[in-house]
Amino acid sequence: MPTIYIDNQPYTVAPGLNLLQACLELGFDLPYFCWHPALGSVGACRQCAVKRFKDEKDTRGELVMACLTPADQGTRIAIDDPEAVQFRASIIEWLMLNHPHDCPVCDEGGECHLQDMTVMSGHNYRRNRFPKRTHRNQDLGPFINHEMNRCIQCYRCVRFYHDYAGGTDLNVFACHDRLYFGRFEDGALESEFSGNLVEICPTGVYTDRPFKRNHTRKWDLQTAPSICPHCSLGCNTILGERYGELRRVRNRYHHQINGYFLCDRGRYGYDYVNSERRIRQPLHFQRGQAPAVPLTVEAALSKWTAMAAKGKVIGIGSPRASSETNFALRALVGPDNFYAGVSADDQRGLEIVRAILADGSVPATTLQGAGLSDAALVLGEDVTQSAPLLALNLRRMRFRKAAVMAAGFQLPAWNDSGVRELAQLNLPNLFIAATHATRLDDEAWRTLQASPQELVRFGSAVLAALEATAPPAEDVDAVTAMAWETAQALLKAQRPLVATGFSLCEPGLLQAAAAIAAHLKAKGRDAQLFFCLPEANSMGLALMQPHSLEKALAAVAQGTAETVIILENDLFRRAQPATVEALLAKARQVVALDHLTTATTVKADLVFPAAPLAEAAGTLVNNEGRAQRAYAVMPPSGTARASWRWLQAMAQAMDRKGLENWKSIDDVAVDLAKALPVFKPITELSPTVSVPTLDGKLPRQSHRYSGRTAMRAHLSVHEPKPPADPDAPLAYSMEGFDGPQPPALTMREWAPGWNSEQALHKFQGEISGPLQNADSGRRLITPAASAGPAPISSAAPVKSLADAEFQVVPMTIIFGSEELSIVAPAVAQRAPGPHVGLGPDNGFAVEGQAVWLRIGDLLTEQIVRIVPGLAPGLLAWPVGLPGMPTITLPAVAKVEQ
Amino acid sequence: MLSPTEKEEIVAAMAHYDLKKAAGIDALRIVQRHRGWVSDDTLRDVAAALAMDPAELDSVATFYNLIFRQPVGRHVILICDSVSCWVMGYENLLEHLQRRLGIGMGQTTRDGRFTLLPHVCLGACDKAPAMMIDDELYGCLDAEKIDAILESYK
Amino acid sequence: MQRPLTQNIRPNQPPLSLAEYEKAGGYQALRKVLSSMTPQQVTTAVLEANLRGRGGAGFPTGRKWSFVPMGDDAPRLKYLVINADEMEPATFKDRVLLEGDPHQLIEGIIIGAYAIQAPVAYIFLRTTYTEAFRRIDKAIAEAQAQGYLGHNILGSPFSVELHLHASAGRYICGEETALLNALEGKRANPRAKPPFPPVIGLWGKPTVANNVETICNVPHIINHGAAWFRGLSRVADGGTKIYGVSGKVKRPGAWELPLGVTIRELLEEHAGGLRPGLALRAILPGGASTDLLTADHLDVVMDFNGVAAAGSRLGTGTMVVVDDKTCIVGLVANLMRFFAQESCGWCTPCREGLPWLAKILTAIEQGQGAPEDIAILKEHTRLLGPGRTYCALAPGAMEPLQSALKYFEEDFQRHIREKRCPWRS
Ligand SMILES: Cc1cc2nc3c(=O)[nH]c(=O)nc-3n(C[C@H](O)[C@H](O)[C@H](O)COP(=O)(O)O)c2cc1C
Ligand code: SF4
Ligand code: FES
Repeated sequence: MPTIYIDNQPYTVAPGLNLLQACLELGFDLPYFCWHPALGSVGACRQCAVKRFKDEKDTRGELVMACLTPADQGTRIAIDDPEAVQFRASIIEWLMLNHPHDCPVCDEGGECHLQDMTVMSGHNYRRNRFPKRTHRNQDLGPFINHEMNRCIQCYRCVRFYHDYAGGTDLNVFACHDRLYFGRFEDGALESEFSGNLVEICPTGVYTDRPFKRNHTRKWDLQTAPSICPHCSLGCNTILGERYGELRRVRNRYHHQINGYFLCDRGRYGYDYVNSERRIRQPLHFQRGQAPAVPLTVEAALSKWTAMAAKGKVIGIGSPRASSETNFALRALVGPDNFYAGVSADDQRGLEIVRAILADGSVPATTLQGAGLSDAALVLGEDVTQSAPLLALNLRRMRFRKAAVMAAGFQLPAWNDSGVRELAQLNLPNLFIAATHATRLDDEAWRTLQASPQELVRFGSAVLAALEATAPPAEDVDAVTAMAWETAQALLKAQRPLVATGFSLCEPGLLQAAAAIAAHLKAKGRDAQLFFCLPEANSMGLALMQPHSLEKALAAVAQGTAETVIILENDLFRRAQPATVEALLAKARQVVALDHLTTATTVKADLVFPAAPLAEAAGTLVNNEGRAQRAYAVMPPSGTARASWRWLQAMAQAMDRKGLENWKSIDDVAVDLAKALPVFKPITELSPTVSVPTLDGKLPRQSHRYSGRTAMRAHLSVHEPKPPADPDAPLAYSMEGFDGPQPPALTMREWAPGWNSEQALHKFQGEISGPLQNADSGRRLITPAASAGPAPISSAAPVKSLADAEFQVVPMTIIFGSEELSIVAPAVAQRAPGPHVGLGPDNGFAVEGQAVWLRIGDLLTEQIVRIVPGLAPGLLAWPVGLPGMPTITLPAVAKVEQ
Repeated sequence: MLSPTEKEEIVAAMAHYDLKKAAGIDALRIVQRHRGWVSDDTLRDVAAALAMDPAELDSVATFYNLIFRQPVGRHVILICDSVSCWVMGYENLLEHLQRRLGIGMGQTTRDGRFTLLPHVCLGACDKAPAMMIDDELYGCLDAEKIDAILESYK
Repeated sequence: MQRPLTQNIRPNQPPLSLAEYEKAGGYQALRKVLSSMTPQQVTTAVLEANLRGRGGAGFPTGRKWSFVPMGDDAPRLKYLVINADEMEPATFKDRVLLEGDPHQLIEGIIIGAYAIQAPVAYIFLRTTYTEAFRRIDKAIAEAQAQGYLGHNILGSPFSVELHLHASAGRYICGEETALLNALEGKRANPRAKPPFPPVIGLWGKPTVANNVETICNVPHIINHGAAWFRGLSRVADGGTKIYGVSGKVKRPGAWELPLGVTIRELLEEHAGGLRPGLALRAILPGGASTDLLTADHLDVVMDFNGVAAAGSRLGTGTMVVVDDKTCIVGLVANLMRFFAQESCGWCTPCREGLPWLAKILTAIEQGQGAPEDIAILKEHTRLLGPGRTYCALAPGAMEPLQSALKYFEEDFQRHIREKRCPWRS
């Protein structure tokens, strides 16, 4: 551990840091712009200058950029040296020559890194008397607002968007003091990670566009820590509320999961909470007749009592509802009557993944861990669409490979420009096999596009090649050839990764991935697995091992169940319309709980308004099996409440015992852990357990929160008592626990002098390490190695295709396939309309052409979009896209003339 | 659409580098030689030929002085505005040129014959003041000489 | 007096063809190298010749070559890049060699590539040297046809490809790391050092960048030996130098002279002194980014150490003579507009500071200066000094400014006081 001297005081620092990191970790305030913990150093802004001395006798010293200078043993620097101080102030003076000084009307104001650094640097007097240059702004689409005049040319946007996230349509133009950061022409930013520009940009060039409609200063937002509900990765988020409206989502740093970044679906999908489709009070439908009749809570519950008296009740759970809520339903109807709310294929896939992760030998890696792989196989999954942050992390592989090479030249990994020089010609050992060309293919060493059946065959071939002693003959087919190459790369790696999922509904892919990883593990490699699951709590639901949806259908069809409770689930997304219609028609009584009006809720007899995650705490289990708790940012709207509370009330109404003692979500968690021991660790999520120092609640409102009385003055001048929230260690108040926010509860990165998200380092023990050196969330499953890998079930064969016939394969689309985010107008704007995908040389249709398709009984007219690289003979069916009916696989589509 | 000749020349330029993209500057210069300037559409076509995003290529194109992203006249006059020519009185010459052509710096004559652009030192300091028209360098300029030179460009 | 670099150059005539060049003893050095010298011996010869880089910084060429990893473990791909950007205002010396004797350049390149065992070499030529482009292009074709370039040169195991790249124009491309980016088809921002190009250069591979004049010396060192080369010079550093003089002198031009002539010799003997009626006010000794000298410095020796001792830099060795009818403020304003315009825009001080200075200087020249401007100018000469910016462009820009303020502050004050330029009628 090197010792460095700052202003003649010795400090021990971690090895391999640069001086800027070292100073920040030691708690010194040193301003910077172009450095970013995830992007490394390039030395462009010159803001981080310090004085360095050769030795004790050197009194003159020289200015160096802290971010580009290693914090080596014996380094002597002065931060407060007058020359360094003056130079740092000059940087701001220069940046301000053209900056519009429009903080009062700028969305970034109050959480602006440039404001912070200006104050920190001490520049305050303007000497420039010449006119400022101005720029024209661009329309960058629904997510990002552009205001180029505020730019301070730190290059962070391009370095993130282009170099880090692999986006190609944002860049820097022109030269000298006329630099322009933007697109070639107006138009929506194409990268799935564009929203991070809001946080990457140190000033107000890129701001959150949906937030702009109802902009609220940072300190006026009520905030809470949450978990993204839009996919299975469990990225941590911070929600911001004002006037009962969820106004924005920001990244909440988690060192093992999302790190510093979110995808655009996670950032902009929140608007479903504010949607007109929200259900805010109980509703009663006359069978088949709209409109619904609103009910009071009492009336609804008494209606329920009457319904429950009539025969057997079964419950259908949900992969997007919290674990507590699913458990409450299970407790209400009894384990035997608790059914998974997912299709049979999904159910089977989930069970396979659960078994692999619980009983196999290879652990599920974290998102950050995936990026540390030195070889990876992505099998049958377009991860940019189904698990966006995985794609972002796999993009790190190339950089890591170069960083290893750089170490050979004594070049530290934080030297971004140097490492990138090495990275540009060095693709990593990333192998991608999918039905079509994916957005990550530009990072891949080799890719393969094939049908699901062929992909399973490819998986088996990789497995076989791991054992093979001789390379295949020259003339083998592409699948075998690539399998050999893939296997060799995986074998050569120290930390090989196999990532897959079941977007294609192909259990064989899951088994092949598990078998390959297990094989590598057995050979002594630090093998890792990564499964992309369909929804935010798919794993939580799987761990409850419910019966399949098909069994529920059967129970209703056979008349053994009179009443069906459908929990936060639109069954029309799970099975073909006719099947669901039949179930709903056959069931005597249907009760639905949900946040939004869906095709299912309008067919129910009784609907309870379920509070979404923004309004009710809940625990989600992500794809690696990590349980994390999300907290409400605002009280439920109308008479909505957490579904488990409705279920508790329903139990009471029908005199069912076992749920009556639940006062808070922690009580539910305790019972859940009792009933299903695999959930034991979630009882540790309770802040009273995980944060022993926490005596009292943390305020959701900042110490500068304004207008508490005024914002309600048109209703009453009396300030009401803040609502209680027994489910969170958080208060709807400005008052409360004044200590540090525990890692799982970080909801405002804010420290003296640091008002922007760059304050984060004040919450980390080391830069990019865990928050306060503590992990958050709890892993529920770790491999027991009790079972060897299951055999790879061969893929469901397709009947041989006749002329004009295509095999239908599901295709996941980041903006469109997910149920809740597509309700957000900004996301909907980025979603494609209903369509089917065909390969470039399909012989039937060109981009934009309408075709009639017959799929089983279904005859439908669809617009064709050309999907690059889609394997011949396949027709891609965008799953979940509004306007696209759910179809059951396997299926064949025939183009009708 | 790139012409077959342009395409051929671009492919030939690629052979000089380890990465396709590296030929971007050569490719821009090639199309500019054929078309005088690089329009947005042309830039898109060149980018496609190099498998680049237009933004990435335009980022490069707009960095350099001599990739013209706006239409220019049939002949481009680069007048040296650097120190030796300045000492030798280029400012008077510039005034003369502008009066003669009836245009300011950066503009194109109405008949589309000339575009007048400033340029850094042409490396003809011993023959200052100097200018370049298209590929030809002219030194030791004075007003009369300029008039005669302009006459030779139609 | 020996003029090895320009011996084959005949004024106003095309350069020697390959056959003519061979007849004049050309490619003998290459033959000698390939037949009887190891790469290490070539580097040693250049090292012993005390050849310092002619691109401006004066770094010893042999030492630069010796940083390149050699041997079996070294990367197979390495590059030699010849810097023929020459966009520094007042500099026109490389043009003489590029247009005058392309085969000398090519021979030097092949030998240099051999010394560092680079299979690929580039000439990075500025666009506007169109004549040079045509001539070099032709010479490369000739050399290729004759087997001096390409596979197994002259039957030896050594091969080298030589590519001629014409830049799209930017002064910063001359900075060697920016040049590498430009060659990679990127924006020509300089790169951070470390890593240094001999270790991680073009496309991440070891790369040496040498100036045209530097590399043209190499065949002569090989032919005649290090001692001979050192003997060409009047000072410790070896060789001749192409000096140039522009401005209001009787005979502006460029001449190959022993390294170490004095300013007086250059000005009076070779350039013929100032034009009638003019007196010497200042000298910009080695291009736009060197400190001004005055009439008091006429006896300064024009070599790396001599000019440095006088408080300036040899730079490119091509000087501008400033007469007493020329406004120093206007001159510095012109230079500053150049530097501001040619900043690559990467680092803050240069990108923002230079345009501000250019505006202030232009305002002063036009009689719109403010008294506090002088303080801002002075402050910037420190703030944009070496080590503060990412590359040497901005510090270079400060050199004429700081020396102008040192020797001619009164000129600035007069502009501000009189609210006009006293040198304009
Ligand atoms: C802004 C700037 C411009 C430069 N322009 C040139 C140039 O046009 N030609 C050149 O040979 N060196 C130029 N240099 C110097 C190069 O960076 C480099 O030192 C030189 O090419 C090395 O060659 P040498 O060792 O043979 O001198 C420039 C440096 C800077 C900072
Ligand atoms: S000093 Fe900075 S901005 Fe100027 S040219 Fe060098 S890197 Fe670019
Ligand atoms: S943060 Fe160090 S130079 Fe920008």
